[in-house]
Amino acid sequence: MIKHYRILEYALSSLLRRKYKNLALFLIYTLIVGVLSSVMFLTHSLKSEALKVFIDAPELIVQRLSGGRHELIPLGYADLIESIPGVATVQPRYWGYYYDPNTGGNYTIMARTTSAELDLITGTMPQEGQCAVGKGVAQARQLDINDIMFFTLGSEQKLMLKVVGIFTANSSILTNDLVIMDKNDLLRFFALDKDKATDLMVKVNNEMEINTITNKIKRTLPDTRPITRSEILRTYENVFNWRGGMALVMFCGTLLAFFIFAWDKATGLSAEERQEIGILKAIGWETSDVLTLKFWEAMVISLSSFLSGVILGYVHVFYFGGTIFDPFLKGWSILLPPFDPIPYIDIYQVVVIFFLTVVPYLASTIIPSWKAAIADPDTIMR
Amino acid sequence: MLKARVFLWFLTIEILLLIILYLHSHFMVGLRQREVYGKRQLVRELTLTDLALFTEARYTRHLSQADMFTPFQDFPSSLDHFPAGSIVEPSYRKHTGE
Repeated sequence: MIKHYRILEYALSSLLRRKYKNLALFLIYTLIVGVLSSVMFLTHSLKSEALKVFIDAPELIVQRLSGGRHELIPLGYADLIESIPGVATVQPRYWGYYYDPNTGGNYTIMARTTSAELDLITGTMPQEGQCAVGKGVAQARQLDINDIMFFTLGSEQKLMLKVVGIFTANSSILTNDLVIMDKNDLLRFFALDKDKATDLMVKVNNEMEINTITNKIKRTLPDTRPITRSEILRTYENVFNWRGGMALVMFCGTLLAFFIFAWDKATGLSAEERQEIGILKAIGWETSDVLTLKFWEAMVISLSSFLSGVILGYVHVFYFGGTIFDPFLKGWSILLPPFDPIPYIDIYQVVVIFFLTVVPYLASTIIPSWKAAIADPDTIMR
Repeated sequence: MLKARVFLWFLTIEILLLIILYLHSHFMVGLRQREVYGKRQLVRELTLTDLALFTEARYTRHLSQADMFTPFQDFPSSLDHFPAGSIVEPSYRKHTGE
């Protein structure tokens, strides 16, 4: 133990002799681990939150397809679906998109489906002639409660609604671009047929029967596309999976940068480092001692960078809302919800980062040193 | 042995900090449980199906409701012109070809 302690002391002195180079190494390494852990923390947190909240998503949504595209569904389909054994209720959903030319933002307009009072809203749910908006919409249009919101789709379709509710900021991840209004206002504004809805929401008596009911709906109404709750959940599980999609794009870039960096180290030692190994061998150090020294040198850099990087990632995501990813996530969207992710941590992901960063670095430092250490000291020093 | 001692202290502080952050995460998850219930209520009452993360295109706004062919919705083989389309995966249905 004391031998390792002494070798660690020597390793630190050796690192301090090249302090600027090693400091730069520490900073780059920390930054790479910081970005990697930020990606993992953010995606895991978003995924966990999506999986927790969409547990209450509609059990089954039935869309109608026409010409291969999503089309309005006749309300008559609701009666046909309701007659299928096992179906409890069928409720039409009315929703659509609105491009706001004033702000350049896209809003999701939905008809009110409930009269229940909600926890995450300031004000009340709208009646006819009123609307409730998400925080993002309220900020973009500088709206407050009792203000009038104006919608227009050309000269004929105009709508003026009184804002009676604003969804709270902590619900922005769900409601940022949302405008909730009465069904009649929505039908009038979008000039929709009264006997059609955007899609149908189906409730079943026994959730175990959902796949059977889905198949029956497909057979009875071949021009429909049922989407089950489990498919919604699986979609979010895939979208925020760290091995694919959004995470992979960010992940690959930083990981490649790290591998180039580790490869550069692995391709050889500097003349100065070789000479140092030669001198140590000449004064009586064993090959195993040299390898222990190099192990500790690599460990000092990689372990301290890894720990600092993970701390940096955590602080970046959960205290600063992942600000460096903002422009990247925003894309062309005008409305991006402020990120305030709930810190769901998966230890497995931290272990993955450890094995992806620390282990390759240790190997890339020790292997060239081992090659130098087994050579004749006289040859290395020359 | 001063350097080794300073380094080991530094390492200990970092590990302690990580443990504190881990405990903090657990504490915050518990503290914000009410917020999660509120969001579940929103999802249930407003019949929401998707997160309002990417509002630039309908297939990125409603990832789970998107048509299976939407990345090429304008004309055959057209490239997806919305940045978000490049960072979100096709939905599960598209992924498995179901």
